[in-house]
Amino acid sequence: MDLLELTIKDASEKLKKGVFSCSELIKECFTTIKKNDKKINAFLTLNEEEALKKAIERDEMIKSDKEIFNKKPLLGIPVAIKDLYTTKGIKTTAGSKIIKDYSPPFNATVVKKLIDAGVIIIGKTNQDAWGHGSSGENTDYEPTKNPYDLSRVPGGSSSGSGAAVAYGAALVGTGTDTGSSVRLPAGYCNLVGLKPTYGRVSRYGVIAMASSFDTIGHMTKTVYDNAKVLEVTAGLDPYDSTTFPIKVGQYTKVLGQNIKGLKIGLPKEYFVRGLDNKINNSIKDSLKVLEKFGAIVKEVSLPHTNYAMAAYYILVPSEVSSNLSRYDGVRYGGTREMFGAEAKRRIMLGSYTLSSGYYDAYYLKAAKVRTLIKQDFEKAFKEIDILIGPTSPTSPFKLGEKVDDPLQMYLSDIFLCPVNLAGIPGLSVPSGFVDELPVGMQIIGPQFSEELLYKVAYLFEQETQYYKIRPKFKNG
Amino acid sequence: MAKKNLTTEEILHIAKLGNLTLNKKEIEVFKKQLSSVIEYIDKLQEVDIKDIEPSSQITGLTDVLREDKVEESRTLTSGEALANTKSKEGNLFKVKAILTE
Repeated sequence: MDLLELTIKDASEKLKKGVFSCSELIKECFTTIKKNDKKINAFLTLNEEEALKKAIERDEMIKSDKEIFNKKPLLGIPVAIKDLYTTKGIKTTAGSKIIKDYSPPFNATVVKKLIDAGVIIIGKTNQDAWGHGSSGENTDYEPTKNPYDLSRVPGGSSSGSGAAVAYGAALVGTGTDTGSSVRLPAGYCNLVGLKPTYGRVSRYGVIAMASSFDTIGHMTKTVYDNAKVLEVTAGLDPYDSTTFPIKVGQYTKVLGQNIKGLKIGLPKEYFVRGLDNKINNSIKDSLKVLEKFGAIVKEVSLPHTNYAMAAYYILVPSEVSSNLSRYDGVRYGGTREMFGAEAKRRIMLGSYTLSSGYYDAYYLKAAKVRTLIKQDFEKAFKEIDILIGPTSPTSPFKLGEKVDDPLQMYLSDIFLCPVNLAGIPGLSVPSGFVDELPVGMQIIGPQFSEELLYKVAYLFEQETQYYKIRPKFKNG
Repeated sequence: MAKKNLTTEEILHIAKLGNLTLNKKEIEVFKKQLSSVIEYIDKLQEVDIKDIEPSSQITGLTDVLREDKVEESRTLTSGEALANTKSKEGNLFKVKAILTE
């Protein structure tokens, strides 16, 4: 089997037909990891022994129950779990040193749902500590490298999950997206990455970054695979009171339906100076593909875009400073001087914007600007069905390029953060390559429009098939 | 945009609010970095927000309640709750005294 090519869809069919066993598949994952992970650093913890044991159990199930794939839609599928996800008995560090030995006594809701659906947990993936970052370099461990070019970042904060799926260590990588953290690594690693609507997927047991922004998404090679995983993870959870009481879509069922007459908006504020010219051209070429399917493209305006990053970098650090206040080393974990530089910056920034005398000028004002950003999108969606723009203004940048300039690092997410402010879903899909580096295209829709996003992305993917261009480990 | 230059005193005050202690090098680095971020976020001051309500719950859910009952399925035993601590006594976390006689 070739893990660089393998998708969830192929793997399920081959497991069903007995082309390979689950044990063979999982062993192959660990062979790939042992061969490559020293240079990529995608994993913080491997779950090898347990995974192989589970694989044998799955093989027994396949032998004894013909209906098992209907009951367990992700049976035997190897999954890489971001280290922010609480996993019972598997070390969970959030990419930080402060809880470097934490072994959780429970599973996050999403982890439980994935296990119930039959997945095999391969390991926990590297990330910017606590989810703070766009490159993976804010990990308290060794930074993850981009499998397409090892001198470049894989995108963050779900850096390890992105790289792991790209180099074939797992068939799905889970992530969290508070401002960019699933879509950016998806864009930089030639993957499909979903930031679901806020409240579509339970946050219970996923270590909180900014509670009114955090969304629980995932990365896969293809649109079908991505939709298949959301069918498992989405839904109401009594343990997360912000999950929304709306039916889970039949995300794989709509794939292949036509999009004739679909109105696509191009936010003119996303096609401005600072956007790499070649990326601009790549997105424009991709739109032509969608026009061939009968979509209509028109320019729209999101007038408050220019203020989105400022609002984001007030509201998110404010929530971060509150959420991270519990890590005081009193009951367990290390003490607060062990926080990395980025966590300290965000705690301080949030403490400042919430502090007496500044609350109204910063936090409250930003919460009002958040309303304006949300309204920008709502107004646009009265005219058009979806929005399309680049995932990132540039190609994956070099490791080290932005580490000393946090503001420049923050601005990598300029087309992604507004989506989190509005709570709407965004899907990054491969849009081709510029100078041998992946380009991501972001499809944005109204709240709870994930079915529509997948429908558009699927037709585009079938036509272009960029996902078939696998990494060559350049500069490795 | 007004140039922002946080003073050492301001940085130490913010660090204290966040329950952080900083070394000399951190004070200098963060002074510069946070000043530039604050200068950037200050551009919000030019937005007109008259009559605009703040957003905190973005999908509009309100008053999500549950019955006031203990849920066994997410209750940890004291053993589980204490499993990750390095400092315990019997069934309790052992912490440093905050009051002295």
